Amino acid sequence: MEKFIQLTSTAIPLETENVDTDQIIPARFLKATDKLGFGDNVFRDWRFHKDGSLNESFPLNKSIYGGSILVAGNNFGCGSSREHAAWALAGYGFKVIVSSFFADIFKGNALNNGVLPIQVSEIFLKDLLDKIQADPTLEINIDLENQSISYVNGEEAFEIDAYKKVCLINGYDDIDFLISKKDKINAFEATR
Amino acid sequence: MGKTLFDKVWDAHVVDVIENGPQVLYIDKHLIHEVTSPQAFNELESRGIPVARPDKIVATADHNTPTLNQHLPVKDLLSRNQLEQLTKNCAKNKITLYGLGHENNGIVHVIAPELGFTQPGMTMVCGDSHTSTHGAFGTIAFGIGTSQVAQVFASQCLLLEKPKSLRVNVNGKLAKGVLPKDVILYIISKLGTNSGTGYFCEYAGNVFEEMSMEGRMTVCNMSIEMGARGGMIAPDETTFEYVKGREFAPKGAAFDQKVAAWKTLPTDADAIFDQEYSINAEDIGPMITYGTNPGMGIKITENIPELEDASFEKSLAYMNFKKGESLINKAINYVFIGSCTNSRIEDFRIAAAFVKGKKKADNVNAWLVPGSQKVAKQIEAEGLKAIFEAAGFTLRQPGCSACLAMNDDKIPQGEYCVSTSNRNFEGRQGQGARTILASPLVAAATAIEGRIVDITKQIN
Repeated sequence: MEKFIQLTSTAIPLETENVDTDQIIPARFLKATDKLGFGDNVFRDWRFHKDGSLNESFPLNKSIYGGSILVAGNNFGCGSSREHAAWALAGYGFKVIVSSFFADIFKGNALNNGVLPIQVSEIFLKDLLDKIQADPTLEINIDLENQSISYVNGEEAFEIDAYKKVCLINGYDDIDFLISKKDKINAFEATR
Repeated sequence: MGKTLFDKVWDAHVVDVIENGPQVLYIDKHLIHEVTSPQAFNELESRGIPVARPDKIVATADHNTPTLNQHLPVKDLLSRNQLEQLTKNCAKNKITLYGLGHENNGIVHVIAPELGFTQPGMTMVCGDSHTSTHGAFGTIAFGIGTSQVAQVFASQCLLLEKPKSLRVNVNGKLAKGVLPKDVILYIISKLGTNSGTGYFCEYAGNVFEEMSMEGRMTVCNMSIEMGARGGMIAPDETTFEYVKGREFAPKGAAFDQKVAAWKTLPTDADAIFDQEYSINAEDIGPMITYGTNPGMGIKITENIPELEDASFEKSLAYMNFKKGESLINKAINYVFIGSCTNSRIEDFRIAAAFVKGKKKADNVNAWLVPGSQKVAKQIEAEGLKAIFEAAGFTLRQPGCSACLAMNDDKIPQGEYCVSTSNRNFEGRQGQGARTILASPLVAAATAIEGRIVDITKQIN
């Protein structure tokens, strides 16, 4: 997994609440047996009309917006456990998702793929969305070491599990850690 | 302080606790299917790590399978490739697979209880959010991502933070025609789609105590739709009776020993939950959803609420419904009875009892998709198939089908579908399809009338 320490980027605003993983990557694109190419179909049915033409009004399609941060409405990533949603967002180039609330499974899936979900307050989120819409060139700074997200005139601290923070900063994943616990796991199994 | 059902099962599975970090939780049973496992197998293979405990894994093909002509090669090449990968991966790693056409094949959350793999007090995972279904047995069961599937393959364990505890009590008497599906849709409509996030939910009260195992599975199945990783119901005589004698359940003295242990699992009287809600059974009616998340539900006799909110309005625009209107008499061309929520024999019995002697409306395509081969056989053996066919319904072969429309079972653009599944997200049942979630009884009545009807008038 790629290391994540610090990031400065512009962001794409997606105000919609309750964005479910079926929207992030529709089920018909889940037939692959590898993790590649999902980025092409991220938000497929919101980015494109049924006839295949581009939906110009969708934020990802607006040329004024860009960057590797997605700022989204409350309860992002609810619904299906498909990790393909995290692969699709990462594949598209997002490294950070900011929302006022994340669904559990999505949050774990994102962290397991080096995508940092940052939960901020409702007030901070609203202000950030407004500021990005007013000035799409607004740069946002993410400092994982100090657990802070900031932009001109705005800053908030965010929470992250201490273990997961170490994993992201060093590019470790859980498999290595669990395998290192093999003796304890075997001992536990022996008691059952 | 006493312990909750969840605490008792969780604490018995903790292998190690990391300071200021997650816990290492042992997993008793790992269910896998074709869609969320291939990348996990690849991950292990590329790192040269063997599958730790293949005997604790059971595989089925369900998400991506056709529901017609299952004896023929799968037409969709990508789907076929995914199914072949599963077969190869299972053979190579000595994992039991109930593939397409096998007598034990079916939806993962239907077959595991049916075969006796699901037992009280266990920890179970699957790369599917509706794994919460198995909580009906007093089991900690939850959905995981593919990276976690690989972790369980590699170690039979997961790294997890212990969730907070939530209890939803429903007491009183349910009105006639109010089914387990209505109970859970009502709970989600009242508490909201993210009310359970960060929690494991226990359902308690006489309504759940009096419910069948299949009803309890329907309730626990939709726990994820309020954000809860899982739901649980205390095991009791109904649970033990259901498990007893099933193919992979313990037998004889071993079973009796297990029952004695299972009887110690229910939440202690003095246990305290982080969050608790109480609902009167009398307040619940047959439910229906009008929006694009499962929390957007109303009693079938109610009107769509009038809220000023951009996401709410976006949702109604997608559904082509208006604020304040009733759904009664809305014309419906598609009805789907199936999915891991409502595809068990009791669901088909309820639908058949209503349908018997009637004909479906001409405008309706009514698809019935049993949850497993065993359910399909039972539908036939009990004479339900004949009732459905006489009414003009199409009985298909088992699978996830139109719940997520990965196969050809798609609802066309713009069409409404009254569906017994669990999600009404935009495009869930096909691009542009509009899903209305309901019980098997409401679905059956819709198919007969060709429009949404006030079921409370028909049954009283």
